[in-house]
Amino acid sequence: MSKPVIKESSMDLQKEMLARHFEKLAVSEENGDKCAYTFVPGNLAELLHCFDLLPVLPEINALQSAMRNKSADYIAAAEKEGHSEDVCTYVKCDLGMAKNGNIGPTGTRLPKPSVLLLSYTGCFTFMKWFEILKQEYDCPIVMLHVPYQADGKPTAEMRRYIVKQLQEKVIPVLEEVSGKKFDIDRLRQLMASSARSEDNFVKVMESAKQTPSPIDGYFGGVYYISPIFTAFRGTPEAETYYEALLAEVNDRAARKLGPLTPEGPMKEEKYRIVVEGPPNWTHFRELWKMFSDEGAVAVASTYTRVGGVYDFGFRHDPDNPLESLADYCLGCYTNLNLPTRTDMISKYVEEYQADGFLINSVKSCNSFSAGQLLILREVEQRTGVPGGFFESDLVDPRYFSAANIKNRLESYFQMIEQKRNAVSAL
Amino acid sequence: MAETKADMIDLAEEIVRDLELGTVSKWKEKTGGKAVGCMPVWSPRELLHAAGILPVGIVGGGDGIEIIKGDAYFQSYICQIPRSTIEMGLNGNLSPLDGMIFPSICDVIRNLSGMWKMLFPKTPAWYLDMPQSFDEIGVDFFTHELKRLFGEFCRVSGQNPDNDSINRSIAIYNENRSLIEELYQKRRERPWCFPVSEGYLLIRAGYQIDVKEHNKMLRSYIDLAAASDCKAIDNARVVVLGSFCEQPPLNLIRTIEKSGCYVVEDDFTLGARLIKGEISTTGDAIENLARAFIEQSREAAFIYRESEKGGELVEKVKKCNAEGVVCCAPSFCDPALLDQPMMVAAIEKASIPYTSFKYAENTGQFQVIREQAGTFADSIKLWS
Ligand code: SF4
Ligand code: SF4
Repeated sequence: MSKPVIKESSMDLQKEMLARHFEKLAVSEENGDKCAYTFVPGNLAELLHCFDLLPVLPEINALQSAMRNKSADYIAAAEKEGHSEDVCTYVKCDLGMAKNGNIGPTGTRLPKPSVLLLSYTGCFTFMKWFEILKQEYDCPIVMLHVPYQADGKPTAEMRRYIVKQLQEKVIPVLEEVSGKKFDIDRLRQLMASSARSEDNFVKVMESAKQTPSPIDGYFGGVYYISPIFTAFRGTPEAETYYEALLAEVNDRAARKLGPLTPEGPMKEEKYRIVVEGPPNWTHFRELWKMFSDEGAVAVASTYTRVGGVYDFGFRHDPDNPLESLADYCLGCYTNLNLPTRTDMISKYVEEYQADGFLINSVKSCNSFSAGQLLILREVEQRTGVPGGFFESDLVDPRYFSAANIKNRLESYFQMIEQKRNAVSAL
Repeated sequence: MAETKADMIDLAEEIVRDLELGTVSKWKEKTGGKAVGCMPVWSPRELLHAAGILPVGIVGGGDGIEIIKGDAYFQSYICQIPRSTIEMGLNGNLSPLDGMIFPSICDVIRNLSGMWKMLFPKTPAWYLDMPQSFDEIGVDFFTHELKRLFGEFCRVSGQNPDNDSINRSIAIYNENRSLIEELYQKRRERPWCFPVSEGYLLIRAGYQIDVKEHNKMLRSYIDLAAASDCKAIDNARVVVLGSFCEQPPLNLIRTIEKSGCYVVEDDFTLGARLIKGEISTTGDAIENLARAFIEQSREAAFIYRESEKGGELVEKVKKCNAEGVVCCAPSFCDPALLDQPMMVAAIEKASIPYTSFKYAENTGQFQVIREQAGTFADSIKLWS
């Protein structure tokens, strides 16, 4: 039997929030509550709350299924129905889950969508995913197309295009589905709440600039992003969570303690690493252990920016609600071009005083993966710190080769050690 | 210009196989103009033409290039076309190009646009964000996007054409689209005289030559093929689906043909055919082009429409009197492979038989595909 996971109190808080959310979803049909399926990057949580629509995020369901060892069967079910082995496993895991009773992470059934809100940001697969879901469910679908930041910055035209779609397409559909009128003042209040959570969230993530880092910004980071990237942004619960989390992190920092890992408090911080790419969910704990056993702490990661890049200054702005939603969608990590992503990682390496950076290249995700090898080269050249690379998948256990990844990581950390010794010998 | 049909096909094949873009260099020498590469699927070639630029369709290196450096840039689970395109960029094949356009069809091409900026900083790399809002909001956005790009093209060519010039370019491309449709129509009527392997080469040659030349070439080919004496065989009539970006090797197309299929519709050269019918040549030319994209583009895996998925495919099968569909997509191609189950559902519902296989542009073995396509054709014939 595996060892029990050691938890921080904020994790319990988060668990309760999630349990309540999934409980609400489980009884939503009886209670007459409506729900919207939508994606994490560019999610319009505040807007959905404005209409009292409960968000359901298929990526989160897929990753949760993987953490509960269900994804292999779900993927197999989707492949049996003709979905290619080559495509994103989140999609197949979600479809397989739907075919197997649509049981959510807490073991209760998820409701059918009242609306599919296709926030089309940073990944082309999203479009195909919801086209497929549209065939499964008899409900309205509305697309919000977010242009790509190909030249590294959003333009007035892009913003205008998004705002018009919000005004003329998304909001009217949400009004119709929910039976509620759009109230911009309510949206402003929700966005003000988002901004308060975002402030605290950034402080948590930036605490990793200290040595030792009190947090792990990748494995631990996925817990920290969960409320703000999903159903809770804009809610008092999220505010409470981030206040509690920040207090906890500050306390650890004051005591010069490292992050808490599932195996217990991290002992010695030997390597500070920046990580690019999503985590593997089927062997999440095992992969984290491979890092922590070596004394490696992820001080920053790009995955924790997929649902919004807040540390470069963006906040939801109650004074310009729709424009701010547009900026939020435009700025999600995978909607940034490769030069911007390279700049960001290089900046993280420098600002977080990293000893190296690692890429977890996941087979499923071309949005992340195409071009990563060039990023690797560029960041190495610019920062002078060694880059490393390993491959896995998000939710398909067939692509997690533990021995191979462990070997790679061990040799990578040895290389950092050798480099360090060579420098100190000078 | 070649005199006979056979010469014409040879010439087209020579152009298509010339990865060093000899015809492009010659055109530049002759005209003093610039050339811009257009990745799949669609680019506003009319605007390039009006700006005095030769649009050059770049669809990877096919089976004609050895990948030496390109593999170092992409993981094994990414399709082939970006690695051969990078290879061609690094080995100098693409040096006649003064810019590259990367349309928004998938994450790979999208990210390749950023890689291009990093690897070839002296060559402009433009990302073309095609709208997914198929209404006036999309027209407005796309008009601005195309105007922005047109400004960039004019900066590269040093020319400043007016609205009438753009309308004239649109008219020339209208003729091109109409000739290509005529070619498809003839193929549907007498596929034995207009084999796909020939028509494909003819259209592909147009990716590398001036559009007026291409129009002449198409006209002569259609006339020569129509007059040729060819014998009908009892082949199965099929529609090929899924090959709109990375191209199957020519021998794969020939294999499908030889295995007993008449390919009466396909999406190999979807970019040249994406817009159906004529584009208006009066009024604001750029807005007309944007509007045509919104109102006249075909069903495609990278386009989001609220209409029923596969509706156009089923209609196409009926219109062509096709007896089956061959789903033929590149390995690891997200848009094609994610689309496929929805397309299959639509054709199954309409009781249309289908078969499916994958390829890479550098696939060299066709035996399995020959057998599969052959069995499919036989089964169609047996049950029809
Ligand atoms: S391709 Fe990547 S970003 Fe897109 S749905 Fe899959 S995992 Fe998410
Ligand atoms: S083959 Fe498919 S995945 Fe590859 S670049 Fe083309 S459209 Fe994208």
